[in-house]
Amino acid sequence: MRRRVYVWEVPVRLTHWVNVLSITMLSFTGYYIANPYIFVSPREPWGIYFMGTMRFLHFVFAYVFVASLLLRTYWAFVGNQWASWRGLFPFLTKEGRTNMWHAIQYYFFLRRNPPEVAGHNALAGTSYMIIVFLYGLSVFTGFTLYGQLHPASIWHTLTDWVTALVSIQTLRLWHHIIMYLILAFVVHHVYAAWLIDMEEGNGLMSSIFSGYKFLPKDQQPDWIEQVIAQNGKQNGKALQAAKAETRKVQVAGGKVES
Amino acid sequence: MPARPLSLEERLAARGVSRRQFLKFCAAMTATLALPSTFTPRIAKALNTAERIPVVWLEFQDCAGNTESFLRAESPGVADIVLEQISLEYHETIMAPAGHRAEQSLDAVVEHYPGQYIAIVEGSIPVANGGVYCTIGGRTALSIAERVCSNALATIAVGACAWDGGWPAASPNPTGAVGVRQAVPGLKNLINLPGCPMNVMNLTAVIVHYLTFKQLPATDEQGRPFFAYGQLIHNNCERRGHFDSGRFVERWGDEGHRLGWCLYKMGCKGPQTLSNCPAVGWNGTSYWPIGAGHGCVGCMSPRFWDTMTPFYERLPNVEGFGVEVTADTLGAIAVGAVAAAGVIHGVASAVRARMQPIAAHDGGETLVEAAERAVQVVEQIAGPVKPAEAPKEATGKAIALGESEESIRSGQDGPSAS
Repeated sequence: MRRRVYVWEVPVRLTHWVNVLSITMLSFTGYYIANPYIFVSPREPWGIYFMGTMRFLHFVFAYVFVASLLLRTYWAFVGNQWASWRGLFPFLTKEGRTNMWHAIQYYFFLRRNPPEVAGHNALAGTSYMIIVFLYGLSVFTGFTLYGQLHPASIWHTLTDWVTALVSIQTLRLWHHIIMYLILAFVVHHVYAAWLIDMEEGNGLMSSIFSGYKFLPKDQQPDWIEQVIAQNGKQNGKALQAAKAETRKVQVAGGKVES
Repeated sequence: MPARPLSLEERLAARGVSRRQFLKFCAAMTATLALPSTFTPRIAKALNTAERIPVVWLEFQDCAGNTESFLRAESPGVADIVLEQISLEYHETIMAPAGHRAEQSLDAVVEHYPGQYIAIVEGSIPVANGGVYCTIGGRTALSIAERVCSNALATIAVGACAWDGGWPAASPNPTGAVGVRQAVPGLKNLINLPGCPMNVMNLTAVIVHYLTFKQLPATDEQGRPFFAYGQLIHNNCERRGHFDSGRFVERWGDEGHRLGWCLYKMGCKGPQTLSNCPAVGWNGTSYWPIGAGHGCVGCMSPRFWDTMTPFYERLPNVEGFGVEVTADTLGAIAVGAVAAAGVIHGVASAVRARMQPIAAHDGGETLVEAAERAVQVVEQIAGPVKPAEAPKEATGKAIALGESEESIRSGQDGPSAS
């Protein structure tokens, strides 16, 4: 039997799916704004506001996306160990580097088993670091362009200095290219999740809906748990995890069931 | 002898410009400066009573396009009125003296009216190799600009070249051309009027603003007056309705082009360019490039030769991949490559799972099952696939391992691990 561990808390799952929705909508409307390919009846004299609607949706989901990123950022500092900001920087710790090397070996067929983790493996964490950076850059370039449209808005006040350094066209190009990078990440992300779900059989795919993973009873604390255990505290709270040596591991922040 | 000098109105009347035309000009200036119409009489009064200001017009690396724009304004109109109200002491293109006599008149203004004249600069200033690429009367453009502009009441840089180097500064910029604000850093009272050329209405409005309020108009961080460079062209474009409706010109001369639809897909840079072009128009009329059916090229944007090209495409090309490679091509390749890598890796992982099932705990059979299902599909299509000998043993081992917890532990990390 496996034990059921509560890994992904509600804000983590919520922001994940809000991100999915907003990235889908932002990519679709954003591509239309860059290249309005959908044919609008030329003889329609009234009642059509197609590009206007696309831009409105783009701006609405931009705000939704930013709200989601803010909530997730907040949760990176108050959530459990698998939601921690430390998960983005595995290369800073010895455990993280070891785990990352293990994952690289697995992906290149140099080692049979993927690294056992309750949360993300270290290689995945690194890819999220890159993707979070791209999110930030996309939001920043997006709101800089948005501010140019509304010279009286706070976005113009906050971002107009950028246009003196970087051409608006260059910002537009970055904003456009980041969409493709994020879409490429989405393809990789879904594939890797499917692969590891298949290999480990721990309910990884369903965990982003339910929050629970089904871990082997004797699975040891993963790299992020070890890192946080060494720090003694997780987000200001005393760690409740049992020691790594213990055979029956009580995973911090997670309900342990058998 | 007349007790007072002739007012501007009287002098204009002598040139055949009526009071009605003068008041229309004042109203146009009020509108250009984005002031309420109640300011029109105040502007008229200020122009009538103001003393004439000495003005010198310097030309460096330029095409005299701004001079042309200035002189060929509507007639009678801006040029007549402004030339009547300023005292143009030095302008190489239109002045009568030549050679040393001409240079003497420039020196005379700088010496006799220090801090009282307006310097208008047209053209970029080369700074490479000591500024040897542009010399006038044996002096470099840089030294002339430093001397004349730093003694002026105000400096107005007209055109893209005088603002940030413009065309001469386009990559690779062999002469090291820069605009006035970089050539003479720390210049007080510098007004930039970028554009290729600048709109003469804006130049006139700056002068009228000074004559009326005795101060220069408010500018942004790059020294551009807000009244002229505070809004994107896109926001006031007469074709904006077509943009919002999704009606775009697809090819030059197509039906949409003939009907005056939005030029966005033809590379119009209106959405990137700050200017009052759509509101003010050019040459005293409502004509302007987009109105004439050609997209904006963004001539009022920073370094527009480098940043706004290609003029007929929406996005710049991605450098380092050849001239025809767009961001969309690269993006599609990137997404496709990741998808292809995923498929290949997935097939390889499935083959590995079949040949060497995962030995961890009680999981890992799902990928084997998936692989076997895939093999079944292949067999249905292409005939039986001979399984290798190794998989049988490995599969058997996995099932045996599944029976006892201890044996799972012993094989935890798989045969090939550590």
